[in-house]
Amino acid sequence: MSTLQITDLQVSVDTEDGPKEILKGVTLTIDSGETHAIMGPNGSGKSTLAYSIAGHPKYTITGGSVTLDGEDVLAMSVDERARAGLFLAMQYPVEVPGVSVANFLRTAKTAIDGEAPKLRTWVKDVNGALEKLNLDSSFSARSVNEGFSGGEKKRHEIAQLELLDPKVAILDETDSGLDIDALKVVSEGVNRFREREGKGVLLITHYTRILRYIQPDRVHVFVDGKVAESGGPELADKLEAEGYESYLGASV
Amino acid sequence: MTVTDAAAEQTADAVASALEVDHVESHLHPVSSFDLADHPMPTGREEIWRFTPLKRLAGALDDAPDDTDALTVETIGDASYVVGTLAPGQHPRGAALVPDDRASALASRHAPEAVHVRVPADTELDEPIGHRLTGAAGKRSHRHTVIEAGTHSRATYVLDHRGSGVHAGNVEVVVGDGADLTVVTLQDWDDDAVHVGTHEAVVGRDARYRHIAVTFGGSVVRTSSNVHYAGPGGDAELLGLYFADAGQHFEHRLFVDHNAPRTKSNVVYKGALQGERARTVWIGNVLIRKVAEGIETYEENRNLVLTDGCQADSVPNLEIETGEIEGAGHASATARFDDEQLFYLRSRGVSDEESRRLVLHGFFQDLIRKIGLPELEEKLTAAVEDELARNVAGKVL
Repeated sequence: MSTLQITDLQVSVDTEDGPKEILKGVTLTIDSGETHAIMGPNGSGKSTLAYSIAGHPKYTITGGSVTLDGEDVLAMSVDERARAGLFLAMQYPVEVPGVSVANFLRTAKTAIDGEAPKLRTWVKDVNGALEKLNLDSSFSARSVNEGFSGGEKKRHEIAQLELLDPKVAILDETDSGLDIDALKVVSEGVNRFREREGKGVLLITHYTRILRYIQPDRVHVFVDGKVAESGGPELADKLEAEGYESYLGASV
Repeated sequence: MTVTDAAAEQTADAVASALEVDHVESHLHPVSSFDLADHPMPTGREEIWRFTPLKRLAGALDDAPDDTDALTVETIGDASYVVGTLAPGQHPRGAALVPDDRASALASRHAPEAVHVRVPADTELDEPIGHRLTGAAGKRSHRHTVIEAGTHSRATYVLDHRGSGVHAGNVEVVVGDGADLTVVTLQDWDDDAVHVGTHEAVVGRDARYRHIAVTFGGSVVRTSSNVHYAGPGGDAELLGLYFADAGQHFEHRLFVDHNAPRTKSNVVYKGALQGERARTVWIGNVLIRKVAEGIETYEENRNLVLTDGCQADSVPNLEIETGEIEGAGHASATARFDDEQLFYLRSRGVSDEESRRLVLHGFFQDLIRKIGLPELEEKLTAAVEDELARNVAGKVL
């Protein structure tokens, strides 16, 4: 049983014109076994929320708190957050030339677990995870994200999710840029993760399309740096029909 | 000869002279000579010496012969390809290398017996051959090596430098038509060693030449690795990797002279710098002569600066005298760690220090995997890991 608790989170970034407030008091509780979808228009601060929780140095926390099972996440370094059980599937995964996927995955797994995985089972696990995401075995010899297609990058992120097995996964627009087949493969990966005991998912998306494959427990509409409305899965249907316009009108 | 013929010949001469077929006024193409008098002691203001810390050369440019027992030489691999010695002017010594700086002129002058390595025509060697040189502290040594790869032969020659002292070395390489030769030069000197070296290769018709320079150790290491061609279709690849620590000066100078049509060259050098006054210099000169139509060249230098107090100079020079080419380009980048790369790795639980090590590992691995010789790749990977473990582990960057 684990809980990611975000309370009144306020975040700013440095711009040429001084600090700019992006998150204006975000409160969310993700309990294990729950999937929360955060939906919102471009520029509403969805990705800022994801990267702030992961600890990207670009963002300055100006108020509020984030805890994982009561532990202060904001006091942790980036890698400590990951070792504590947080995982961020990135919208734009970064290329690391010369570092093979195999080396990267083993290094990450060793760091997360505090010990090197047993070689025999690990190779099987990696090949299995890649195969389930339609990535062939030559994939593990390639450099991390280098020359990957958009779909391969996203599938590689989800392979990491399954192998690193965090407590809470934050998926930042994992669905963007995917064709329908890739979207299904990625969604199946996320659903396999959700079926495991006690996992929480924070699914950030611009589109309702992915919610046909990943059924959320809660849907939050994110506008102008805060949650404008929360509800059950039916809220996604409303957004599908009406779009974000009513929220944008209200916020002006 | 008719008047018309004579006129035509005159016209041809005039055209040849206008085209500067034989002579190119270019600082990329220095005057070559065996005569030491043509290479006076540099002041440091010369273009080819301005980056080199002359005061730290420990007399490497003095006109003085070898000290006794200055160099211990071991043979790597099958010694039967070391076929003898060559006096100055004794063919093929001088076929490729005519000194174009003082260091090279000295190495030639004070090496009356050049080591002659010869791989016969059509011979393919699966195992590398080579020499391991170990310099003695405080002693001066010179060496001239001639490597001759016969037509359609295939071989790898390794020159492994270690130990200490002051060393001036020439490596003269004649790659026969259709041959495939790889020369690997490792500079793994002790911290007080001084090394000035010139590696000059002439690449035959449709031949392939690969030169791989690895510099990890030494106080001052300056190598000039040059290539020209004996005919069309030659392909040269010059790869280098280096890791300079506090106080070390590593200078890699390259010159590819595209003097024949449809030749190719590809230069990739990657280096890391760390610590006070760690200094690297990379000079990548490429000359494309008028005659060199249809050639293709690319040169690239990337430096990763790990700490404050380092300096990396990177100077690509491209001189083009014909536009009738397939392609010519260069790239140079000197940067610190990429924050986004580190964030990505750390977001997977990998510590800051381990992330830096992984990025550095990848930075070099990206080059090592281009070598295509599994055994050497493994050895270099191990050497890089060793360097990383010694230098990056346990230090706050």
